[in-house]
Amino acid sequence: MGATSVASPAPLNSAPSSFPSLKALKFTTKQQELLIRVSALALIYVLAFVVRLFSVLRYESMIHEFDPYFNYRTTLFLTKNGFSEFWNWFDSESWYPLGRIIGGTLYPGLMVTAALIHRILHFFSFAVHIREVCVLTAPFFASNTTLVAYFFGKEIWDSGAGLVAAALIAICPGYISRSVAGSYDNEGVAIFALLLTFYLFVKAVNTGSLAWSLASAFGYFYMVSAWGGYVFIINLVPLYVLVLLVTGRYSMRLYVAYNCMYVVGMLLAMQIRFVGFQHVQSGEHMAAMGVFFLLQVFYFLDWVKYILNDIKLFHSFLRITLTCAITVGVLALSIGTASGYISPWTGRFYSLLDPTYAKDHIPIIASVSEHQPTAWSSFMFDFHILLFLFPAGLYFCFKRLSDATIFVVMYGLTSMYFAGVMVRLILVAAPAMCLVSSIAVSATVKNLSSLVRAKSKSPQGSGKPLSGSKAAAKASADQSLPFQKNGAIALLLGALYLLCRYAIHCTWVTSEAYSSPSIVLAARGHGGGRVIFDDYREAYYWLRQNTPPDAKVMSWWDYGYQITAMGNRTVIVDNNTWNNTHIATVGRAMSSYEHEAYEIMLSLDVNYVLVVFGGVTGYSSDDINKFLWMVRIGGGVFPVIKEPDYLVNGEFRVDKGAAPKMLNCLMYKLCYYRFGEMTTEYGKPPGYDRVRGVEIGNKDIKLEYLEEAFTTSNWIVRIYKVKPPKNRW
Amino acid sequence: MAKGTNDAKLLIQSLRKAYAATPTSLKIIDLYVVYAVATALIQVAYMAMVGSFPFNSFLSGVLSCVGTAVLAVCLRIQVNKDNKEFKDLPPERAFADFVLCNLVLHLVIMNFLG
Repeated sequence: MGATSVASPAPLNSAPSSFPSLKALKFTTKQQELLIRVSALALIYVLAFVVRLFSVLRYESMIHEFDPYFNYRTTLFLTKNGFSEFWNWFDSESWYPLGRIIGGTLYPGLMVTAALIHRILHFFSFAVHIREVCVLTAPFFASNTTLVAYFFGKEIWDSGAGLVAAALIAICPGYISRSVAGSYDNEGVAIFALLLTFYLFVKAVNTGSLAWSLASAFGYFYMVSAWGGYVFIINLVPLYVLVLLVTGRYSMRLYVAYNCMYVVGMLLAMQIRFVGFQHVQSGEHMAAMGVFFLLQVFYFLDWVKYILNDIKLFHSFLRITLTCAITVGVLALSIGTASGYISPWTGRFYSLLDPTYAKDHIPIIASVSEHQPTAWSSFMFDFHILLFLFPAGLYFCFKRLSDATIFVVMYGLTSMYFAGVMVRLILVAAPAMCLVSSIAVSATVKNLSSLVRAKSKSPQGSGKPLSGSKAAAKASADQSLPFQKNGAIALLLGALYLLCRYAIHCTWVTSEAYSSPSIVLAARGHGGGRVIFDDYREAYYWLRQNTPPDAKVMSWWDYGYQITAMGNRTVIVDNNTWNNTHIATVGRAMSSYEHEAYEIMLSLDVNYVLVVFGGVTGYSSDDINKFLWMVRIGGGVFPVIKEPDYLVNGEFRVDKGAAPKMLNCLMYKLCYYRFGEMTTEYGKPPGYDRVRGVEIGNKDIKLEYLEEAFTTSNWIVRIYKVKPPKNRW
Repeated sequence: MAKGTNDAKLLIQSLRKAYAATPTSLKIIDLYVVYAVATALIQVAYMAMVGSFPFNSFLSGVLSCVGTAVLAVCLRIQVNKDNKEFKDLPPERAFADFVLCNLVLHLVIMNFLG
């Protein structure tokens, strides 16, 4: 890492064209360093791709989880029907009977990227299926992120730090968690776009060139097209500009960089239909506009001060302008906010500032497990040694402050705050942690290795021009501490040990925790062999092959995307959760008695009901465990559903002591139908629920308006057919 | 009060004198900026009279004026010989960047105009 070899190199027989004679087959130091850097980067590139392939090797090349199935379905549509159809697509197969304007309510960046890669590969006669492209898009972009991290590290510190940053982010678990092969989700591409935008912007601020600023505007456009988290960029960059203005580090380059990026970037961002006019109307984007106007006023005053050359006159001019500007600004802001033209912060982002907001007001946001606050163990799990390298890196950044290091420090601190509020945002903090930590690692290793290589006899500092390194000065002043060289070697070995442990930890974490497809479950059987539960796909393919094409399926919103993508049937609600009342209707149906639920199902034209039940296998993410959320969301809209009706002394039970409404509601009946006769564990009575750990209370279940259509081989997914209304006589 | 107006007159006079000393090329750029901002203000006044539908057309009109004004100011900064930060930048490169950014800006405007 930054140590170059000065010993005579062995003659290498490569690239004969760059050497005039056979005698000069030795590489110069600069060429050796370039070779080392390029080969290290190439290895890091391949490593970042390969480490994410665990699930492809263990299971098969398939799409994981829930959201990626929607992205896959839209990408399939895009490759089959072209961009114009995709951009104007109205989907009647989800949110029956409302439908969904897909073209206007998604972020197209991911799908367009995958479709483009697919088309390029087909152009070169690689006939790959779009699913393979989708599965491997995220690892490919993770590799590209390492390259961007290298250039970013080079920009803020030096090329050694860049290499370390690339290596750290290639295997950082916080990033891997959302970018494994098969996790075809927006974040896989968005983190690449985020880092690219930041890098281009910092480059623009450093060089003051309009071309780099234009490039960062395009980077921002890519980010806006890829993920809703672009709001982070449009708030961090103005905050950075404000900090530079306040600390007096502003310059002309800052003006050029920010203005071009803001205006062109905002215009480009408004081309995405889902974003629309939010850049001029939404409260979350007002900071950028405010800073834009502030910059104009600020630099105008700066210019007037420069040409006037007279302090007193300038002060009076300053007073006039400032009063005008502030009045106009405050007036505009207050009129805009009061009249409602500037919309307030949406619940999604407001809950980041006030974490208790979602639990009281928007239960759907609060129910998602990724939106919970982060525990300390998650930080250690996802970051490992980066946790203590981050403050060390902050120290080095403050020692050598420049525009670029200020940006990285701000990015690191803000993203760490948000990572503490919501588990999902650890992903956004991961690049910042890697960059800042890489500065610490690179600077420390450089200092230590210079100590090791210092020759104690020559006082002229034998050719090691390291900036600000007190160690080199000490060595050349010949006042070296005893055993300094040994101490440095010991510390270097310690640093090497830490980095090795980091690599081992990351690989273990990826292998154990982040490589499960969630749609296929695996467990260890009695003999130690691996048992695969493929029930989800079994159920969806049963739906695809055994139901009429216009059948409508009611299930909880978690499974909506998968049902439409794999089962190819119309669903009532899905993971988009854009209509809370519709979801509450389904929640109400699931928590009502069977005859009440039948009315609701008839009104929605439901033909099949799908529930997930883990009592036989011990699978704990089933619908009974999610049931209280159904009650809360349903009760939020229909006051007839009251949560205390389903609890006994505030406790959620399903055994004999459970509340009577719980024992007779639709969800209970559908999950436990015929379960009372089943023996799940040796030595336990029949009807023993392995997840809740109790024997169920109501074993004698009779269904009047539904009949069982299909139960998968491990009872995980159960499908029921809704009977048509009885004849009147 | 008299002192206030006196101050203002002195201010305007010294501003005018200082501004007359700027080179002609920069004055041309300043004129372009003033023209662009004036056009933007006229569009806003028109919108205030007839309403803001269709909003995307209004936004594209105003933002094209504001955008090109801001880019011209950036050009002025980069071409101004008094700015020590940009003394290595040849004015041809600055102008080429200006043209490129304006091209991109107006292409996006044309798509957004609707």
